[in-house]
Amino acid sequence: MHERVSGSNPPFFSPVIAVGEKSIACLSETGAMAIFMLHGLRCMFSPSSKQWSKLIRQIYVIGAGSFFLIALISLFSGMVLGLQGYYTLSKFGSTGFLGSAVALTLIRELAPVLTAIMVTGRAGSAMAAEIGVMRITDQIDALEVMDISPMSYLVSPRIMASLIVFPLLTAIFTVVGILGGYVTGVMLLGINQGVYFSRIESSVVLSDIVGCFSKSLVFGLIVVTVCCHKGYFAHMRADGMGAEAVGNATTSAVVLSCILLLTADYVLTSVLL
Amino acid sequence: MKKYSLEFSVGIFVLIGLVCLGYMTIRLGKMEVVAGDGYTLNARFASVTGLKVGAGVEISGVPVGKVTGVSLNDEYYARVSMQLDNQVRLGDDSIASVKTSGLIGDKYISISRGASSTLLADGDELTETESAVDIEALISKYVFGGAQ
Repeated sequence: MHERVSGSNPPFFSPVIAVGEKSIACLSETGAMAIFMLHGLRCMFSPSSKQWSKLIRQIYVIGAGSFFLIALISLFSGMVLGLQGYYTLSKFGSTGFLGSAVALTLIRELAPVLTAIMVTGRAGSAMAAEIGVMRITDQIDALEVMDISPMSYLVSPRIMASLIVFPLLTAIFTVVGILGGYVTGVMLLGINQGVYFSRIESSVVLSDIVGCFSKSLVFGLIVVTVCCHKGYFAHMRADGMGAEAVGNATTSAVVLSCILLLTADYVLTSVLL
Repeated sequence: MKKYSLEFSVGIFVLIGLVCLGYMTIRLGKMEVVAGDGYTLNARFASVTGLKVGAGVEISGVPVGKVTGVSLNDEYYARVSMQLDNQVRLGDDSIASVKTSGLIGDKYISISRGASSTLLADGDELTETESAVDIEALISKYVFGGAQ
């Protein structure tokens, strides 16, 4: 423990001290989450026979359950991209480029980010609340008493499931979004169908696809780590007790996930471009 | 109505995801699952302004390969490596030119076949080349005079 000497400092130091305290808290939270994530990943390979069925269960909850939501969202994202892109491109008489505009927007940016935000809202919040309730009702302590590691029972299947599910959902988002652009661009606004698809194929390169999936893997790790961590340590929150703490943990899990997602998106994009 | 089992819905989801993933990487990303068959030719240009790795190589407008490398040779000329399909055989007097698709489009390489019966093999160099047309220079000549 570091020594608390703030009482002896002159009063004009207090803003500086507040900044310092916040920074230390922020840094230690980040470190705690990183350790939490690595621990969870390692526990996936613990010699327990039930890991596989729990992994399937989590893929169902996070992935298959989000399928129709993602398909719907991506259909409308693609359709609105087709519409907006058409009216912008028609000013330059180059509506033939609609396919590449829609596909590149989806692959480089929208598909990984929107998928991650949707899954955060749908599965991430549920994750934080579920683990949080287990924590405040002492079910996690009960697991420990029964000599079941709560990390490998609760956290690592979720981490592994996210690593599998996020790229799959992102791929579904992209393909359905391209079909959505096809619906508006080709079926409603009358762009040539062959031009639409050949522009997509000629403009998308492998590095776009690699960037897309590396983004979705990083986003998956961020979302699942933040949401599980917030729920797992719901009992140690300073801003509430019991049910209130679970509510606050869920809120902060979703908010922090979204902030970290978009920050990581900027950093990743600047590295990948 | 019988409810589908958990494994069934997971299976359907993963299969649909994998199909989309495959479409993206193989069809859109043009990932080469099998090693690309073809042979490599080099060409020496005075200038290849705007030509990028991955640009197309065409004969009579038909795509037959792609540019795999752009570098400088010992004499500070541009050296372009191209991968061509195996069934395309070129004589050693073929001419490679850097062309532009449309007015402001991407650069690509167009090859006109020669008449020579000596065929180029893997790693050979095309010496007959035409450099990229500098449209800005042409326009400025037209606008500001200087063209005779």
